Amino acid sequence: MTLEYTQARWNSDDEGYEPHLAEKNETSVDTDDVPLPDGLKRDELTLPELSEPELARHYTRLSQMNYGVESGPYPLGSCTMKYNPKFTEDVAAHPAAGVHPDRSPESVQGTLELLARLENQLARIGGMDAVTLQPPAGAAGEFVGILIAKAYHESRDDERTEVVIPDAAHGTNFASAAMGGYDVVELPSGDDGRVNIDALEAALSKETAALMLTNPNTLGLFERDIEEIAEMVHEVGGLLYYDGANLNALLGRARPGDMGFDVMHYNVHKTFATPHGGGGPGAGPVGVSEELAEFLPSPHVRASDGGYELFEPERSIGKVHGFMGNWLVLIKAYAYIARLGDEGLADASAKAVLNANYLASQIEYEVPYGPFHHEFVASAGEQDAADVAKRMLDYGVHPPTTKWPELVGEALMTEPTEIENRRSLDQLAEAFDAVASEERETIETAPERTTAKRIDQTEAARNLRLSWQSFDDGS
Amino acid sequence: MTARNSHGSPFAPHTTEETTAMLEAVGAESVEELFDIPESVRFDGEFGIDSTGERELRAEMRTLLGRNDDLTEFLGRGHYDHYVPSLVDHLADRSEFLTSYTQYQPEITQGFLQVLFEYQSMLVELTGLEIANCSMYDAATALGEAAALADRVRGTSGSQVLVPELMREERRSVLENYTEGAGLTVETYPHDDANADVEALSEVAGEETVMVYAESPTVRGTIEERLEEVADLAHAHDALFVLGSDPVALSVLEKPATIGADVVIGDAATLGLGTSYGMGLGLFATREEFVRQVPGRLVGASTDAAGERTYTLTLQTREQHIRRERATSNICTNQAWVALRTAIHAASLGPSGLVELARECLEAPVDLARRLDDIVGVKAPVHDRHHFREFVVRTDQPAQAVRETLEEYGFAVHAIDEHLIQVCVTETNREKTDALVTAFREAAR
Repeated sequence: MTLEYTQARWNSDDEGYEPHLAEKNETSVDTDDVPLPDGLKRDELTLPELSEPELARHYTRLSQMNYGVESGPYPLGSCTMKYNPKFTEDVAAHPAAGVHPDRSPESVQGTLELLARLENQLARIGGMDAVTLQPPAGAAGEFVGILIAKAYHESRDDERTEVVIPDAAHGTNFASAAMGGYDVVELPSGDDGRVNIDALEAALSKETAALMLTNPNTLGLFERDIEEIAEMVHEVGGLLYYDGANLNALLGRARPGDMGFDVMHYNVHKTFATPHGGGGPGAGPVGVSEELAEFLPSPHVRASDGGYELFEPERSIGKVHGFMGNWLVLIKAYAYIARLGDEGLADASAKAVLNANYLASQIEYEVPYGPFHHEFVASAGEQDAADVAKRMLDYGVHPPTTKWPELVGEALMTEPTEIENRRSLDQLAEAFDAVASEERETIETAPERTTAKRIDQTEAARNLRLSWQSFDDGS
Repeated sequence: MTARNSHGSPFAPHTTEETTAMLEAVGAESVEELFDIPESVRFDGEFGIDSTGERELRAEMRTLLGRNDDLTEFLGRGHYDHYVPSLVDHLADRSEFLTSYTQYQPEITQGFLQVLFEYQSMLVELTGLEIANCSMYDAATALGEAAALADRVRGTSGSQVLVPELMREERRSVLENYTEGAGLTVETYPHDDANADVEALSEVAGEETVMVYAESPTVRGTIEERLEEVADLAHAHDALFVLGSDPVALSVLEKPATIGADVVIGDAATLGLGTSYGMGLGLFATREEFVRQVPGRLVGASTDAAGERTYTLTLQTREQHIRRERATSNICTNQAWVALRTAIHAASLGPSGLVELARECLEAPVDLARRLDDIVGVKAPVHDRHHFREFVVRTDQPAQAVRETLEEYGFAVHAIDEHLIQVCVTETNREKTDALVTAFREAAR
């Protein structure tokens, strides 16, 4: 029984699938009553003016033209699209959570204790000695790691210029290293999809500030030589950075700190089930070994006579967020971890790994490499992976990440997470298989049953219209 | 029907039978067998984290957060409290929005794409600039990204980024971290009565200047009066003029594009989020000519195979997942859901509500400052400027002691210098101003 899916749409003439706000009603309001001299104030403001019922309907319709984890399977590889427990929303909405960041530490002891508790939880889970919660996303966590590596080397009068990154790593790794002013040395993967020790040997030098590694890597493979890798990096004086995107594979089974990593980030919106929010906000806490704790961002929280206080670490890199990061997200992460505890976290990883292995065994597309952990990368073979993804939408599932990593031709990077049961995985497998057997013509013109049919990407980039104001220009 | 394993994750649905059957299908005897981890790095310890039931956990967290003192906050300086209507929570919490991710598959995510397109459009109206992206993390990181953009688009080399002496040091620290890798140096120009000292600025600006930054309202709540001269000065040195503001202030202040701003940054979560311990939404808008240098995600209109107007992420070749170390930024996960909240809040106010809210932000500080000024030993406002939401107060008593006493009375204010207090008033604390004035009289004594 293959699922079919039809997504909502309210098609109207020339106004797409739902008119935009300004099409519904727009008004200009003058600023005559505004107590500012002319020259300092604008003449008028022109924006949509709608009543509450009109807005409620507008956004409800738009939500029905969107697909989330609660709509159906969302095996978007590398993104860990878990179910987001409802109670965490209620906890974060508590009025006492709504405090200003400039409150005196004495008057926000609840907030500081929660931060301290979450730091402690994360340190234990990652095997690290100290954790900062300030980075507002995974990429921001990477950037903190890079800044800490830089500060660490500079503190030893050892200016280094390079960061080594495997070719299959997340694009953010390369961009974060470059933002820190480093040259990127790309490390070609070995035939088994893992780090090639000879290539690593060649890439490492006295210029190596850090090696950034994802483990299991983006193919879902554990770096079996991790101890040797750590030794080699440390041998040349570099630091080993752990990209936490795939930590959901390892909870309770292995810890980055024990593998020899010096710095790591956690993606709480992946591993710890805070909502992805249509692109964010997430949070990217960073854990470090004891030796690096003095470089952590400022301010940092610590216990002090019966309470908690904020302080600036001795050689702090300074700040990467204007205040304390994405506080409301951190509350949800704490609640999730406390809800699951040791056993629940270990079970989450167990079921995530089981689900990926089971799904990989049930689909017709070839799945090279292995053994996988929480995700696998299938190959669409002769088919175009992007077309396969579009056609999968018609079966009511969100498709995998496509065309990446490039080690696998026409890659379908698939991460079902622990939240799917067997029935839902079987439906996913059926969707894969249905598309695998379809004619090129069918998948090239897909999707049919989503709100929008296939969207012209070239037109979007050539004829740029990035606001409703641009529609008035006659284009 | 079979029971689920009660010791596992409550959010993993597998029954014992299901697990057994799935293991059989993959040819493994146990789940542990699936972990390809060398024995030497296996973790066999415990985290020591107890699992807590939902009811107990909610109660525990209520108690924990309840340790925050219930103070009436008169705090601002870059993070503001405006009343967020219930409509925002209910609509933004719809799970199709909340539990989705980046719109890599636009055909099935038209709803969120349209929301972000509408958000971008509102910022285009508020700033007068042609391009707004669909979010950075916060104002500070948006400023860092603006400096990086300024460095990329400048034809000639240069390394100086100029910022006002009065700005949050945290924001400046983020800027320094974002620019150090590119070899830029952050330097200050002086303020004169909490406005840019344009004459002094012209002394420090030069050929090396890549960017000049100003804020209006400033960190002290004053409105800058000579921004066009600041912009002209920046442009005379082939530098970009970057303005920091927020959507409420922009509802009435002269359009940044008219003044000559090349980039506008700020905290857009001033609408939509309320106080949230500094969590924000980085506003980022710029001129059309820099569109290919913009950091972060952009939503554009296109057409689908049915010939209908649709929306999609566009110009993705700027971004890290394609351009890697040559990307315009490392940002991936952003603040999209906060942008959704901001858009709903802005839409619910409409232009008349926004202008009215901004008008109150101009009037309330004048009124409160006048009342505080009547107190012996207090002068308010310190700066002879137009104010937005907040103002600075000089106290004969040490500011820190005044702040502490006010806290005992249940009020939070900023102590920003030895004898300077800063007070922020919006519709959320306006009804408590009588009580604040009374307490201030005691505290300033």
